[in-house]
Amino acid sequence: MINWHRRGFLNGVLFVAVAAWAGVGCKKQSDSGGSAGSSGDTIKIGEFASLSGSEASFGRSSHNGTVLCVEDLNAAGGVLGKKLELLTEDDQSKDGESGTAVKKLISRDKVVAILGEVASGRSLEAAPICQQFKIPQISPSSTNPKVTQMGDYIFRVCWEDKFQGSAVLAKFALTGLNAKRVALLTDVGAPYSVGLAKYFRDGFTAGGGQIVAEQKFTKEDKDFKAQLTGIKGLNMDAICVPAYYGQVTLIALQARELGIKVPIFGGDGWEAPELIQGPGAAEALEGCFFSTHFSPDQSDSKAREFVAKYEKKFGARPDAMAALGYDSVLALAEAIKRAGSTDGTKVRDALATTKDLDGVTGRITLDAERNARKPAVIIEIKGGKFVFKETVNP
Amino acid sequence: MTEFLQQLINGLSVGSMYALIALGYTLVYGVLRFINFAHGDVFMVGSFVGFYVGRNFSKTTWGGGLFVMIVAMLACAALGILIERLAYRPLRNRSRLTVLITAIGVSLMLENAGQLVFGANPRPFPEVFPSRQFEFGQLVVSSKDIAVLMVTVTLLAALRFLVMKTKIGTAMRAVSFNPQAASLMGININLVISFTFGLGSALAAAGGILWAYKFPKIDPLMGIAPGLTAFIAAVLGGIGNIPGAALGALLIGIIETFVKGSRWSTWTEAIAFVLLILILMFRPAGLLGKLQPEKV
Repeated sequence: MINWHRRGFLNGVLFVAVAAWAGVGCKKQSDSGGSAGSSGDTIKIGEFASLSGSEASFGRSSHNGTVLCVEDLNAAGGVLGKKLELLTEDDQSKDGESGTAVKKLISRDKVVAILGEVASGRSLEAAPICQQFKIPQISPSSTNPKVTQMGDYIFRVCWEDKFQGSAVLAKFALTGLNAKRVALLTDVGAPYSVGLAKYFRDGFTAGGGQIVAEQKFTKEDKDFKAQLTGIKGLNMDAICVPAYYGQVTLIALQARELGIKVPIFGGDGWEAPELIQGPGAAEALEGCFFSTHFSPDQSDSKAREFVAKYEKKFGARPDAMAALGYDSVLALAEAIKRAGSTDGTKVRDALATTKDLDGVTGRITLDAERNARKPAVIIEIKGGKFVFKETVNP
Repeated sequence: MTEFLQQLINGLSVGSMYALIALGYTLVYGVLRFINFAHGDVFMVGSFVGFYVGRNFSKTTWGGGLFVMIVAMLACAALGILIERLAYRPLRNRSRLTVLITAIGVSLMLENAGQLVFGANPRPFPEVFPSRQFEFGQLVVSSKDIAVLMVTVTLLAALRFLVMKTKIGTAMRAVSFNPQAASLMGININLVISFTFGLGSALAAAGGILWAYKFPKIDPLMGIAPGLTAFIAAVLGGIGNIPGAALGALLIGIIETFVKGSRWSTWTEAIAFVLLILILMFRPAGLLGKLQPEKV
């Protein structure tokens, strides 16, 4: 709201200054993956990602996975006899940037498909543009249901929040945590958070649980003590925070400061190393849980092979975002192969019939709503580490 | 009742940080009659200075924390003086709108330079002051809240002494009252203005350190929201008036907290702004705008 006020003020009175600013410093561009130039004999794929800003941890993981898959495919001879070329735009985790990035990728760089984003809000921003230009868009890890409802060119290689909220989180809260009374804290500025909160509430109350209070905050908030004080006396068994990791850390710290000791849990928006970095963060979140798409502790061979390759290249353990980034390229490459062409409509038709694709995060089958049906995993924060707890099947 | 008291403590704590920022707006406005929109970004630079200095302390002690805060205040005072010298002084005799646009330009420059130099990703702020919780029955008071309140009160008292009792304070008030007459009386206006900018920026840096201590995640855009809230607080209290800025800030902090804690939490800013409009309708000069004619 404050941001808006300022923007309105600038637009109204001083739009020249804003225009100059937008022109000067706002767009960063990075190019990576395949060889640059020589466009005739490569297949260009566009990626827009939050490589910096508040969700940078997700963006960079997802980008690493994407790059790794492009390199793997190119090493194996490419697709349709051509190498893949990945063009990446950084949207800086800002609303409004993704639209510009995707338009540039489609109209100037002439990419055959768009990969991105992690955050549902920014995937939603790009979707109408891809739909309009009839360019398939594959979101690696946006879980808000609305994303693929934007049109028949929009796909995702992960499950959606309806499954995560009502089947995974609600079931886990009721049986795993044995919680009957739960308070909800929602980021009303993020479609991801609003959607996940709604499905959690549906599933949890249907299973006999009770939502004792729902408090709200927005993306700019740093002070959550007011909301937490409001729920402190409610005698709850757990707090559900379906938000992104940046705020979760502050919420957990402030909750513990106020003497709220119940476990806190949330969704895949939590999974970033930054969640437990900083003074007191790991202690504040000890014994808390979140659901996600993939754990590097999973035992199947495809996942193990991916973890080894990723560690070798990036020197870090991959997370779910990296695995999904990998799978998004895999699904696209497979569809281009089956279509035998890079024409947008033909690739779309091939994508829509993706069945039993052997991905890193499991077998991927895209349903009629262009969503993937896959199992989820629950991860516990234990001794400053993310520890695999259990798998939840759809 | 416990909840009411707890929210009051939360609100006071946030409000006192707004107060430190609001004082910078009010000081500069009092002397130059213009809004320094880059002020919120000086606040951000203050936290980053604290971030780099505080990282080198392996142990968290009150002395170490104060040292970090003083370094940040000095660095930001220098930054404030530099900004005034390079960006505002050449335009001092131009129309006020020109300077205002320049201030917004400086603000955006600091934000974007911050993203280049510090990186756009939020960083965890080191624990510069020790922290623990005191429990009074159900009521929990964090040492953070106490520290924030104490630092703010101390700085406010020091500022009051500086403005009312010292030579440079008298000069500031003289320039605020009538710059031309002051310069005819032999007051070095440039010096007074530089000093005012340095003072305001140092207070912003103190606010930045406290903010980061309380909410240990800092990023180059962190100054925008609190900067704007503090600006509103300064207007609410009567811009140009020092106790007014502090009062306005505490009021906004408390109102914000109470609304956020209720079920109308999404309406927080709307309610704060409606209140601002109502107060300004009946007291156009702000809460203390007229009652206390002493201007800095």
